[in-house]
Amino acid sequence: MAHGHKSNEKVVFVGDSRVKKKPGGYDTVPPDYSAYPGKSEAFIPNFLLKEWMVGVVVLVGFLVLTIAEPAPLGYPADPTNGAFIPMPDWYFLFLYQFLKYPYVAQDYVVLGTIGIPGIAFGALLLAPFLDTGKERRFYKRPITSILMLLSLISLFYLTKQSWDHYTHELEKTNTIPEHHLREEKAREAAEKGQGEGGTQEEAAAIPIVDKNDPVTDILKARCLGCHAPDMKGNESGGIPGFNGVGDRHSKEEIVDIITNGKNNMPAQKDQLSADEIEQISTWMAKQKAPAE
Amino acid sequence: MFKGVYNWIDERLDITPMWRDVADHEVPEHVNPAHHFSAFVYCFGGLTFFITVIQILSGMFLTMYFVPDIINAYKSVDYLQHKVAFGGIVRGMHHWGASLVIVMMFLHTLRVFFTGSYKAPREMNWVVGMLIFFIMLGLGFTGYLLPWDNKAYFATKVGIQIAESVPYIGVYIKELMQGGEIVGAETLTRFFAIHVFFLPGALLALLAAHFFMIRKQGISGPL
Repeated sequence: MAHGHKSNEKVVFVGDSRVKKKPGGYDTVPPDYSAYPGKSEAFIPNFLLKEWMVGVVVLVGFLVLTIAEPAPLGYPADPTNGAFIPMPDWYFLFLYQFLKYPYVAQDYVVLGTIGIPGIAFGALLLAPFLDTGKERRFYKRPITSILMLLSLISLFYLTKQSWDHYTHELEKTNTIPEHHLREEKAREAAEKGQGEGGTQEEAAAIPIVDKNDPVTDILKARCLGCHAPDMKGNESGGIPGFNGVGDRHSKEEIVDIITNGKNNMPAQKDQLSADEIEQISTWMAKQKAPAE
Repeated sequence: MFKGVYNWIDERLDITPMWRDVADHEVPEHVNPAHHFSAFVYCFGGLTFFITVIQILSGMFLTMYFVPDIINAYKSVDYLQHKVAFGGIVRGMHHWGASLVIVMMFLHTLRVFFTGSYKAPREMNWVVGMLIFFIMLGLGFTGYLLPWDNKAYFATKVGIQIAESVPYIGVYIKELMQGGEIVGAETLTRFFAIHVFFLPGALLALLAAHFFMIRKQGISGPL
């Protein structure tokens, strides 16, 4: 046996990193910076503590944001909700906006999805093989730098455009984003001492009267696209449900709303006959909360 | 006591050189924010890793409560956010951290780009870094669906539509992501698995490669 039980020698492995390099062998010594000007220092703990100072500043900002602004949560996903304005996370907005332009959409969508983004990201991925000059300073390699700056400008521009479109769309359709609406409701409910509150189902508890009336076929064809298949409307879009509509409006008012429209609702006088409007209004006037 | 245990292990496994190599390597002055304030731009890579660690830890706690099915996903997130002690903070950190990691990575990429640090001999590290960037975007996209609210659902629908428009392979990408005819129960479990297992696994492997290369090649010199 090479080692006795009492041996104090450490185990020596083949390829032990303490074994001195043979002259002319492969260089395993990490690079040192003695060639660079100034003071270099050890990574742990000297340098890492200084980097941690920067990290702490970021961490405090991050935690302040987290506490000040709770993570958003809307209402449960409802595939039949036709009024919802889809919105990806902010770092995809540039691509989302880009695909809205006519020359990269519909027939040319291939150019938009893989053509131009493919070239841009491909060039970024392979940047070291495209920009092979020895010069490192950005002002000494103008083409590379200008291409990057142009990409950055378009990135910021497209993101801003996309966000402006979205806020404009919200204003136009009079929509409050769901996660804001839900938060407000929860706050109101909490103030009234009703616990957390805030789901859509609770907001529309009055049952629909005469659910199977033949008039509902007309409703399905003309109305429920916006007022939702379950007739509960769309709260965040400001679209009222049919539950209890008879308590809110008289039959004459309902006839007037259907005929001439109201707020965002278009006039239906060209789409529906007077007789159909009459039938719908009669049915709607019956939608009252059950007597208690 | 601690020293005794350490020596016991070191005698058998000879661990000292492993960590001394990481700890003792020199960091030059031009990247040290204590010497030059402007050198904070060299910290973005480290900060990206820092936020990534926060993402992994907060994500691990989120999976203690999250249920990846279409009935309970929303309810479990709602419960986590409003009922669990500090649940709102943990979810907030994961939510805002996802954005912050993109910001930090973006700044790190720009620093490397404008200082020309991707040039020979560091080409491979740049390519690996870009792959990490794409993985992070994938994590952002898959994580967005998980709360299963309207915002999540419709954004994913649009995202899958965009992926489908890729010629030839678009339909296969769609099927791979969606797992069925519609965005539904199978999409959610798929996105969950991709978000929690596949992409983090790939991310850790790429990060290891990224750090190994920077250790081997050292940081690029001053301009």
